[in-house]
Amino acid sequence: MKNSVIRMGNITVVGLKAISRNKLRSFLTMLGIVIGVGCVIAVVAIGNGATKSVEATINSLGTNFIMIFPGAATQSGARIFTGQSTMTPEDADGMKAECPAVAYVSPMVRSAAQIVSGELNWGTSIQGVSTDYPLIRSWNVSEGDFFTDTDVKAASKVAVLGQTVVDNLFPNGDAVGQIIRIKNVPFKVVGVLEKKGGNMMGQDQDDTVIAPYTTVMKRLAGKTKIDMIQVSAVSGSQVQEAQNEIEAYLRQRHRIQPGQDSDFMMRSQEEIAQTQAQSMGILRTLLLSIAAISLLVGGIGIMNIMLVSVTERTREIGIRMAIGAKGRHVLMQFLFEAVTLAIVGGLIGVAIGVAASLGVGHFLKWPIVVTPASVALSFGVAAFVGIFFGFYPARKASRLDPIDALRYE
Amino acid sequence: MPGRVIQISELTKIYKMGEVDVRALDGVDLNVDEGEFIAVMGPSGSGKSTLMNIIGCLDRPTAGTYLLDNVDVSKLDRDERAVIRNAKIGFVFQSFNLLARTSAIENVELPMLYGELGWSREKRRAAARESLRRVGLAGREDHYPSQLSGGQQQRVAIARALVTNPAILLADEPTGNLDSRTSEEIMGIFQQLNDDGKTVVLITHEPDIAQYAKRIVHMRDGLIQNDEVGKQKRPTLMSSRA
Repeated sequence: MKNSVIRMGNITVVGLKAISRNKLRSFLTMLGIVIGVGCVIAVVAIGNGATKSVEATINSLGTNFIMIFPGAATQSGARIFTGQSTMTPEDADGMKAECPAVAYVSPMVRSAAQIVSGELNWGTSIQGVSTDYPLIRSWNVSEGDFFTDTDVKAASKVAVLGQTVVDNLFPNGDAVGQIIRIKNVPFKVVGVLEKKGGNMMGQDQDDTVIAPYTTVMKRLAGKTKIDMIQVSAVSGSQVQEAQNEIEAYLRQRHRIQPGQDSDFMMRSQEEIAQTQAQSMGILRTLLLSIAAISLLVGGIGIMNIMLVSVTERTREIGIRMAIGAKGRHVLMQFLFEAVTLAIVGGLIGVAIGVAASLGVGHFLKWPIVVTPASVALSFGVAAFVGIFFGFYPARKASRLDPIDALRYE
Repeated sequence: MPGRVIQISELTKIYKMGEVDVRALDGVDLNVDEGEFIAVMGPSGSGKSTLMNIIGCLDRPTAGTYLLDNVDVSKLDRDERAVIRNAKIGFVFQSFNLLARTSAIENVELPMLYGELGWSREKRRAAARESLRRVGLAGREDHYPSQLSGGQQQRVAIARALVTNPAILLADEPTGNLDSRTSEEIMGIFQQLNDDGKTVVLITHEPDIAQYAKRIVHMRDGLIQNDEVGKQKRPTLMSSRA
């Protein structure tokens, strides 16, 4: 047994020599496998990273989060914004009392403006919200305080700044207590929000100024309607219940007859997550099919080259058989050669895949997760491709007639 | 009393060419004793190549028996014949048939890789080195076939054939690709090995070359026509002898 292992070892070394003799050809043969395995590694790593990143950003929306937009989803499912919002701050005011499953409610009015502080200025978005906003978004102030209900009632000219705005307007820090001018209206900075990072669209969530919605409506935007209501349900299990209650409450408030479409629509955090997961899944399937096709083509490439190699080396096979090589010796030699091509290709593919994932991760600022399982999987697939596509040429070699093979020119 | 190495009786080989049966061997009887140096001669189509393929266990007879070293090898399958070739037969071919881009010593080691002996690397090296020394190529171990002359390549092939200490050396037109002087050297080596007790079977169509054997068998139309013990010719140039 030991002897036969040693002998097989000797024979497999022969295969290695054949590969190193034809370096360029061997490399070109491997290319399909390299690309296939690289794809698998990169897809899995980037996909895992993206999933993590999406999970993180969706969680950063806040817990048990629901958004209510003005506009309607028609029966066909197409979203239409009818132009004029029908949603008022009063819609939000009554919601907490009328809907027991709703914990926090905040209207939201959006505007954009150039903000000036001393000699510095910065263009950013202004969001008018209520005092429930930090609770809904799980977003606390790192310095100073959030504005109060009194500020909201009085439409006080106070603002809480996102970290990016602070960085641009107050490079030395110390923003709290300072005055900034938004559209020439002076605002007092009462607090700074903690850093939250990018959302799933890649937008910087810290690039914002938060003010009481009353102030934004009256002083900045001149609006009487609001752009959105953000809600937090009492618990995760009551998100659906909260949505049903809000639906009933708003339909009643807006006097919408049964059978008529609502003039608003809702998205929960869960639905957003599902949509994201879906598009992620499509992308992953696409890339994995590229990988599969590439592995298939790579395997056919290996088979092709091995067939050429068997023909080229017919004489050699004849010599080996004449001096005592059995069919299985020749089979093992060529099979080992094919598997080595595939595995070396797989190794290069793993290296390229990891490098590509790190590159993409660096570029998109995604956490990249190269799992040992994905490396093992693609490696195993590469070896399988080698065995599968190497077997036919190897068997062909092993079945040659030594007399004919010796006579082959 | 020398043993009988080859014992062939009523050997027949029929090739089917479409509807026609070609009788390449038509009932050959041949016995070869240990230590003989026999040349098989004949024009092309005489059946000498077919006989060589069967003696070399590359092929099986259609009928008849062939005992090699007292073992009936006429009914063995492919793998069993491979084992016999490895252990009992040392091939020397017309076109040397060395592996290119493989050093002389590695070529000589090759049969041991497939053998049942399971020798260690060191033992294989040593045996290959000794075999090369016997054919006068000591010091050329690491040369590649492309760096060796035709005569030297054929000596590497002889060293490879010898290395497993086979029962017979089977040489198929070993001088066919060599000039007359080198041919003489190679035949000298065969004679020397035969002097040391090795049984040599030589297949050739050249009468000059056959003269170096002790016994000459003529074949025609698949039959042995003539079997005579001649006066062995000795090479005039012995410079190549180790």
